[in-house]
Amino acid sequence: MPKNQPPAAARRRRRATVVAVAAAGLLLSGCGPAEEGPPVLTWYINPDDGGQAALAQKCTADAGGDYRIEVTLLPSDASSQREQLARRLAAGDTSLDIMSLDPPFIPELAEPGFLAPVPADVAQRTTGNTLEGALAGAMWKDELVTVPFWANTQILWYRKSVAEAAGLDMSGSVTWDQIIDAARDQDKHLGVQGARAESMTVWVNALIESSGENIVTNPEATADEVRLGLESEAGRKAAEIVSTIGREGLGGPGLPTQAENESMLQFQGQRGSFMVNWPFVWPATNAGVDAGNLDASLIEDIGWGVYPQTVEGTPSAPPLGGINLGVGSESRNPELAYQAIECIVSTENQVEYFVTNGNPPSDSTAYDDPSIIEQFPMAETIRESLDQSAPRPQTPYYNEVSTGIQQNWAPPSGVDPDTTPKNTSDFITEVLRGERLL
Amino acid sequence: MTTTTGPRAEARRSRNQNQKIVLSDRRRAERRLGWWLAGPAFVIMLLVTLYPILQAVWDSLFNFRLTAPDDRGFIGLKNYAVILTDPVFWNGLGVTLLITVVTVVVELVLGFALALVMSKALKSVRGWLRTAILVPYGIITVVSAFAWFYMFDINSGFVNSWFDWVPGIGEETNWFAGTWTSLFVIMASEIWKTTPFISLLLLAGLAQVPDELTEAAKVDGATWWQQMQRVILPNMKAAIMVAVLFRALDAFRIFDNVFIMTGGAYGTEVLSLLAYRTSIGRLEIGLGSAVSVLLFICVLLICFIAIKLFKVDLAGTRGGK
Repeated sequence: MPKNQPPAAARRRRRATVVAVAAAGLLLSGCGPAEEGPPVLTWYINPDDGGQAALAQKCTADAGGDYRIEVTLLPSDASSQREQLARRLAAGDTSLDIMSLDPPFIPELAEPGFLAPVPADVAQRTTGNTLEGALAGAMWKDELVTVPFWANTQILWYRKSVAEAAGLDMSGSVTWDQIIDAARDQDKHLGVQGARAESMTVWVNALIESSGENIVTNPEATADEVRLGLESEAGRKAAEIVSTIGREGLGGPGLPTQAENESMLQFQGQRGSFMVNWPFVWPATNAGVDAGNLDASLIEDIGWGVYPQTVEGTPSAPPLGGINLGVGSESRNPELAYQAIECIVSTENQVEYFVTNGNPPSDSTAYDDPSIIEQFPMAETIRESLDQSAPRPQTPYYNEVSTGIQQNWAPPSGVDPDTTPKNTSDFITEVLRGERLL
Repeated sequence: MTTTTGPRAEARRSRNQNQKIVLSDRRRAERRLGWWLAGPAFVIMLLVTLYPILQAVWDSLFNFRLTAPDDRGFIGLKNYAVILTDPVFWNGLGVTLLITVVTVVVELVLGFALALVMSKALKSVRGWLRTAILVPYGIITVVSAFAWFYMFDINSGFVNSWFDWVPGIGEETNWFAGTWTSLFVIMASEIWKTTPFISLLLLAGLAQVPDELTEAAKVDGATWWQQMQRVILPNMKAAIMVAVLFRALDAFRIFDNVFIMTGGAYGTEVLSLLAYRTSIGRLEIGLGSAVSVLLFICVLLICFIAIKLFKVDLAGTRGGK
């Protein structure tokens, strides 16, 4: 201490030094090694009703201290989830231990090696009873690259009163032409998704797959060699169906901006007739009745069946959705991550997740559980639908293919069976060759 | 004859005076201190603005997709050639310019009216009035976009039932299914949200008009319109042009309203959204960077036109008249 410094000032300085050192210590401790305990696995989940967070807790408890699962929420729509995950994976983020992935985007992440390989024993144990459609969505180049968790499919929902008035036998399959005629004759609205959104690709893909064709005929090809199957009889028939519904106003005035939720609201209204939609419709409608927003008689009037046929006599290929679980290639704990995934996708947990969150299992044996049959009387239809469902184009360029379809097929009233399939095909091909903007 | 105090002439005089003055040691030391104080902020500014701009320019010369890092290759100006020959870009530019011109003109007229109301309002209500006018500007753009979307949405909106007496509006009007109806809502939302900003800038300009000038005009028998045309507006020119420049730049970069309400569907895509969809949606970093660079060049062009051709004096807003 300098001789001429007063003692009070020296004390203040000492005190300030102590405070500064303590503060620095506190700050630095935040940057230090993680707290003691089992390795933490981060699970990036899509938003749901809390089911995935509950499963994370359950599997953490079951792990007996081997690992701890923490969930991190992804954005609400599938496209934004893909964007975030792709950016993180490309940047080598090591926190991507477990990811909830929408099937159409899996090839894009698998092709550059962003996903850690699924160990053979894990693949064997987790896919023994997986429904065919769900399994197809988890593959890339004939290899399992993710583990199916839950599988979604669209079924045909109908108002029994409308079907009866139309004289349709709903115990078997019906065709698009039949339900179009029924809606037209009774001045009702058809529940389809005509918005320029992913739901439009879901619809177009199901229509084309139901004719036995594919939107992309060589899904494993490189961008400039991708060939499209839109310019075909199947593409033309799909365009005829979309165009008829759009031009005749059968989808209602909201059709150009109508996605799944809006279709459900329309279906619940007085002019509802037939609707293709995911199973969330059932718990949502029941909740509406319980809350007093919908008439109780509505539940009695709702029936369900497998997705309509595009060509009479040819079984339909309903849309496939759901979530698969993948592990990031830069994860620090891939073995533990797959161990956790085995726990998450167990049959028991899939049943629990369906009953609590309304998302159907990818495991066929789960549908035999009495609690599922009690809560989802259409469970057997869902299982049947999943078995004959077809995934959307499994290509690393799915985003371009899907957006190209959305831009050319929405609004439905603008679709021309003579030109739209060819224009879409040309447009997507040019985009993939890098000759056009999307 | 217009009555202005000539900010440019004064600035010229000031510059000539500065040239003649020999800087003293103290002045030089103050300038050095100024550089030392502003230097770190200036360096940080360069890091966070110049670096990303240069990186985007560099990336735009490559064929680079985030999910295909091994296929990255130098392609020169090909990305620019693709963009500039594509109708998607020109449509986006057209929509962006339309939104910019319409919103800025309407905001200017409405903003000026609000500025007049605020300046003439009684002292007792002035504070309350200014706060009320500023409320829309205080709302986050995404929130305001959602509010306007839900107002006009065919399922949840009330506009259709409230205004069904207006020809062309009915229960089945789907505002977001057509280009012009969508653009109407987008622009209305934009105008509602940012008119307060222009009105504040114009209010500051109004406050700079010397009372003596308007008093003199009144004494000379000038009508309200003549005072406005010959005295107030000419003296507010600097403030008006700065307001127009700021809002034009802001409007040209419009994103939130379009993203929330239509996602660019049905002919409502703007350039910012195109850049976003290409870079973030398609993960085409090269092509997306080229769109961003072109957007940046457009913004620079607007600045150049405003400052050089319309002689906007950015230093004149303090009332250098």
